[in-house]
Amino acid sequence: MNFTPKILAYVCTYCTYTAADMAGSARMQYPATVRIIKYLCTGRIDIIHILKGFEAGADAIMVSGCEAGSCHFLEGNLRARERVEYTKQLLDEIGLSGRLEMFEIAASDAPKWVAAVKEMTQRVEALGPNPLRRGKHLHPDAVEQLENMVQP
Amino acid sequence: MIIAERKPFAEIKAMLAPYKKILIVGCGTCVAVCLAGGEKEVGLLASQLKLALGVEDKHLEIGEITVERQCDLEFLRPLCDFTADYEAIVSMACGAGVQFLNQLCSLHPVFPAVNTTFIGVNNEVGYYTEACRACHNCYLGITGGICPVTMCPKGLLNGPCGGMVNGRCEVDPEKECAWCRIYHRLELEGRLDNLREILPLHPHDRTTTPGTVIHPAYKRRYGLNE
Repeated sequence: MNFTPKILAYVCTYCTYTAADMAGSARMQYPATVRIIKYLCTGRIDIIHILKGFEAGADAIMVSGCEAGSCHFLEGNLRARERVEYTKQLLDEIGLSGRLEMFEIAASDAPKWVAAVKEMTQRVEALGPNPLRRGKHLHPDAVEQLENMVQP
Repeated sequence: MIIAERKPFAEIKAMLAPYKKILIVGCGTCVAVCLAGGEKEVGLLASQLKLALGVEDKHLEIGEITVERQCDLEFLRPLCDFTADYEAIVSMACGAGVQFLNQLCSLHPVFPAVNTTFIGVNNEVGYYTEACRACHNCYLGITGGICPVTMCPKGLLNGPCGGMVNGRCEVDPEKECAWCRIYHRLELEGRLDNLREILPLHPHDRTTTPGTVIHPAYKRRYGLNE
């Protein structure tokens, strides 16, 4: 199927966001399929944020935080992992399996960010678009709405 | 508090299949603490239903509201006018809340979204254990604060039974025998004499359901004084 995946990335500002920034500065090439939503810590990510992302039409969502033991707030990334694992179960019940993944990418690890985006893009290309999109693009306000949800 | 677990999604979805417009009502007390039916969980269920039906290209209009306590008429009554526009109601409260809501909203079917499990304690986030069977007659003062009715799988009032091995329960060897715990606790408190008293039969006649309690101060109001 020929389509351009729309992937939302919920990332921690202390690690993955910096890694993504570094990937840009270093002119590393990766698919333009990802929209970044910055959190102060992945521990802030709620299950409902992920579900709302899929409601808005995201083909996949990647959550990316610090490596275990490196969280700026000690255990935010561990909490995020618990929530992501639970959300995967909720998505399995719905029939949207495989569209959510958690990554751990350190601030200096730009190549890992590039690899993660490539991996998720390939995965979504294999799965096809989010059935809720029905040929439409990601809702234009979706990213803004999610950002408002994150930063009240 | 009352502990509940959310029903499997497939079961909830099947119950709601005939309807096009539903209201999900959360409860902000016990089930909110045990992460089964509070405001957050109402949002999650609504989102999950929208996604699941969206995948099948169906549409379901969903209203969300959470009241402080569904087992309390004071909080529930204002909800009745609000429900008129909906075809069905999903209650995320314990069984008491579901039935109370059902009683008040007589024109709509009310479906439960959680399985009420037990009266328990919150050990840590997401980890709950049973602590009370609401047996109508509390023995905790005699048994060192450890409930034999709940903690002993046989509910023995004069234990331990012959199946206790090295302080472990024969029903579940992973668990400590409740009566062993009671003995050690009383020993620690210097109250072992409590065990010389044989407890009488449990008043099962009082546990006939459905139970009713009227506070002594309100007996006149409900016509029980005369």
